[in-house]
Amino acid sequence: MSVLSPAGRTSLHRTATALVLTAALAGATAACSGTTKNNSADTNTTQAVVASGSANPNAPTKTGLTVAYLPKQVNNPYFTISDTGGKQALTALGEKYEEVGTNSSTDTAGQVSYVNTLTQQQVGAIALSAQDPAALCTALKQAMTNGIKIVTYDSDTDADCRQIFVSQASSEALGRTEVQLLAKEINYNGEIAILSAAQTATNQNTWIGYMRDELSLPAYKNMKLVTVAYGNDDAQTSFQQTQGLMQQYPNLKGIISPTTVGIKAAAQYLSGSQYKGKVALTGLGTPNDMRAYVKNGTVTAFELWDPAKLGELAAYAATALVSGQITGAQGQTFKAGSLGTFTIGAQGVVTLGDPTVFNAADIDQYNF
Amino acid sequence: MPDSNTVGLNTEVAPRTLIAVRSPLVPRLLRWDIVVSALLLVLLLCSFSFVSDFGDALNLSFLIGNTLPIALIALPMTLLVVSGEIDLSVGSTAGLSGAVMGALWNDGLAIQVIIPLCLALGLVCGLINGLLVTRLGLPSLAVTIGTMAAYRGIAQIVLGSNSVTDFPQQYLDFGSGRIAGTFIPYAAIPWAVLAVLAIVLLHATGVGRSLFAIGAAEEAAYFAGIRVKRLRLSMFVTTGFVSSLTGVFWVLHYASARYDNATGLELSVIAAVLLGGVDFDGGKGTLGGAIAGVFLLGTLQNAMSLVNVSAQSQIVVTGVLLVISVLGPRVGRQLALAKFLT
Amino acid sequence: MTMTIGSAPPDLAQPARRRSLIDLVLRVRELAIAAVLILMLGATQLDNGSFLSVQGIKDLLLNAAILVLVATGEAVVVITRNVDLSVGSVLGISAFAAGDFLQGGGNPLLAVLIAVAVGLAFGLLNGLLVSMGQVPALVVTLGTLYIIRGVDSIWVGSREITANALPHSFSAFGYEGASFIPYLVLPAAAVLIAVAYYLRSYRSGRELYALGSSPEAARLAGVPVRKRLLVAYLACGGLAGLAGALYLARFGNVDSGTGTGYELTVVSAVVVGGVAFTGGSGSVYGAALGAVLLTSINSVLPAIGVSSVWELAIDGFLLLAAIAVDRLVALRVARVLRKRAAAARSVGHA
Repeated sequence: MSVLSPAGRTSLHRTATALVLTAALAGATAACSGTTKNNSADTNTTQAVVASGSANPNAPTKTGLTVAYLPKQVNNPYFTISDTGGKQALTALGEKYEEVGTNSSTDTAGQVSYVNTLTQQQVGAIALSAQDPAALCTALKQAMTNGIKIVTYDSDTDADCRQIFVSQASSEALGRTEVQLLAKEINYNGEIAILSAAQTATNQNTWIGYMRDELSLPAYKNMKLVTVAYGNDDAQTSFQQTQGLMQQYPNLKGIISPTTVGIKAAAQYLSGSQYKGKVALTGLGTPNDMRAYVKNGTVTAFELWDPAKLGELAAYAATALVSGQITGAQGQTFKAGSLGTFTIGAQGVVTLGDPTVFNAADIDQYNF
Repeated sequence: MPDSNTVGLNTEVAPRTLIAVRSPLVPRLLRWDIVVSALLLVLLLCSFSFVSDFGDALNLSFLIGNTLPIALIALPMTLLVVSGEIDLSVGSTAGLSGAVMGALWNDGLAIQVIIPLCLALGLVCGLINGLLVTRLGLPSLAVTIGTMAAYRGIAQIVLGSNSVTDFPQQYLDFGSGRIAGTFIPYAAIPWAVLAVLAIVLLHATGVGRSLFAIGAAEEAAYFAGIRVKRLRLSMFVTTGFVSSLTGVFWVLHYASARYDNATGLELSVIAAVLLGGVDFDGGKGTLGGAIAGVFLLGTLQNAMSLVNVSAQSQIVVTGVLLVISVLGPRVGRQLALAKFLT
Repeated sequence: MTMTIGSAPPDLAQPARRRSLIDLVLRVRELAIAAVLILMLGATQLDNGSFLSVQGIKDLLLNAAILVLVATGEAVVVITRNVDLSVGSVLGISAFAAGDFLQGGGNPLLAVLIAVAVGLAFGLLNGLLVSMGQVPALVVTLGTLYIIRGVDSIWVGSREITANALPHSFSAFGYEGASFIPYLVLPAAAVLIAVAYYLRSYRSGRELYALGSSPEAARLAGVPVRKRLLVAYLACGGLAGLAGALYLARFGNVDSGTGTGYELTVVSAVVVGGVAFTGGSGSVYGAALGAVLLTSINSVLPAIGVSSVWELAIDGFLLLAAIAVDRLVALRVARVLRKRAAAARSVGHA
């Protein structure tokens, strides 16, 4: 290209000098001991926050509270179902329901902003599905300081930023049963892949960890996990990732997609391609989404929990917390209406139950 | 926009300079940035009076804290837009700085080393943009769309699926805490300093006047002896620096370094700056207007959330405001022209 | 002015040569993208033998079809030195409109027409705002991006269209085809050829280029600026609407978030394809090739085992390379045109 003019050389020269000086300064400060990961005081505890005061299981359930639902993303069909379940439970209890949230499931700053707004509005409790395990903590801790109870559901935060986590099914049960479902379909033999959501999604990574662990058992010695692909919860990306999987591994026998967006896209692609019926697909999906693919034979079985029950349980947990019936400590129990009685486990985790498996025989009984 | 790089193919000079803004027929009060500032005052008054909890110190600190990233980048962005350029890669630069900050922290470097390095990285990002625009003569809109994707992609490669959160507590406190007894976040003070610097630079120095000149009539500015390319380059470098500063602030404020931090920030900044009356073609606008635009949008979002207006409706309101902000001055000019000619 | 007897007046020969030079330059630009595309696909096929199988080629074409359609419309607008950022939102809302109609038991063809009509309506809105208001298209379409996205979210709410609700014939159109040519590609190809022919051979099409090249000169030369802009935005909106219907057929799933962020992909495809923001240059064939190139990269990377983490960075560098190349080409053309003009003047004054 053209030779730099004198003025241009000077300005570049100056910028380069500035950069070198900055680097030198940085180097000089490095020579003195600075604050690093290893020597900075660790103030992050990993204990679940237990609400102050002691639990009084016989305390009357307060009414007229506002419990605000803050899912990862509003207008996402999965969260609409869970939050509606929560609304029904709250109405039955005589509490007030509201739902707020961001339009995108990767707008962490937006979710923090909502936590702040809810703190400002002094709601009784927040039922939250967190986009990021740590980014919300500062805001959540501030909310808890202001007396607001925090219950996470579906996707957890760090344990010290909330009192209770309502888990859909134990992460371990989910990871292992996915592998078991697929293994049965492919006769415990062949290459398999996982089509996940975002690389950073907490719940995804936890489940994948358990899947790998399950696969290391001797029963699966003829099965091999060749790769994990990421569809970012986007239809087109999940599509193309599925195509890529089939091209890179022509002998692929099965795919696990533990994300409702991913399994839909993979099923749509497989059902319109030459691989229909030849590659087994399972994962986490809603009956309404998957009905077409179960009927046309692309998918044999898949699983999920009932999101409405998840939302309901979160509502009961939140109400019990605000009423003082529980504080979130291990071993405490609380009643959750028609769902039964639940005991709080370690780290404030309450598990809803086992995942439900759907297949052609029973898929028409469900409408969500 | 008028562009010195298309000499020979296009020699258009905007005729609007004929309809001087100083025309006695256009009341000075109808300048758009003054209208926006007035709107902001009205909105604040209404919110304090009618929206419960708005005036609470906690809420005001939330408002300012949420608006700070946009307010920070709006400062150099105004300077850029006034000089006829634009930079869409600011969000990705902020995200890249944050990602590098997280990656280096995981590698065990000291925080006192990491932050200057991230700021230097921002300088480099801005330098690349500036060189591509001034040396190669590429249009800034297209270039910064490319670097927007490239920088974000590098951030994804650097940090991958990790999110880093365990930064030293006193830094996190600086990022999210406020001055005891008031609603002012600590981080608002450096911003205020930068804002004063920017206002003085744009409105009270020769450099600022040169920026206006470049935006209004680049050819004339060049022949008047203004170092067009050098000034443009400095503006891009400054924008990169402030973007990386915003990225560092973002990480400390939200206590989380992820590759997708600050996604979409560029559109919010541009919307706010345009709302504040800074002319997209360059050569007109004030920093006061831009800052008013930023806080108008921030206050609107805060107040609407407090009265439970849904996020979707907020988006529609933002869009309508944006359209009005460009139609308004044009319609005003048409009216003035009509009056002038009759 | 003297003229030697027997030699043809230089003026008449000039336009023909000038036209063929620009045509040559444009064709070179498109050939360059085509070459990059073929190289990339060939290299991938060598690395992974099943990449270009019948299913593989069908997949590549299917993936690109929708982007090609929207990029064609966007290119028409960019050629006039404007831009339309609301295409993603328009795609989303028209896809849902079509799906909603089909869910209620409507005729598939009518559903497609509804989608196109929705797109045309928003195209009209954009066109009116840009042409009447004489406001920068970037700002206005940014505003309509927000407005349409918000309206879509409010209207759709938490509903979604699932594959089960669509008639089988409609969904089948989304993946079936004759051997490796999927049916979905046919409307996209037909539109591409039609628009390219219009831009090339009709006066009003050429006037769009003139508008982009120099709005003032075009206005003075009598080009009806407002009408042309309106047509350009109508085309862009209508094609985005059609793309929404095709999206519904292909993916079978639409909700309030459909199409978010798509505008940046479309703009990238258009710029990579040689249609520069400075207006007046490029062709829709180039934009279509750019669209195919960008979508193919996302298929190539998984096929050769490169982590998808690299996609965004590669897209960014490709965009920068395309812009740089266009700039060099534009400078070359300008230089040549100036030389010719100078030569013509000097001959005339000889």
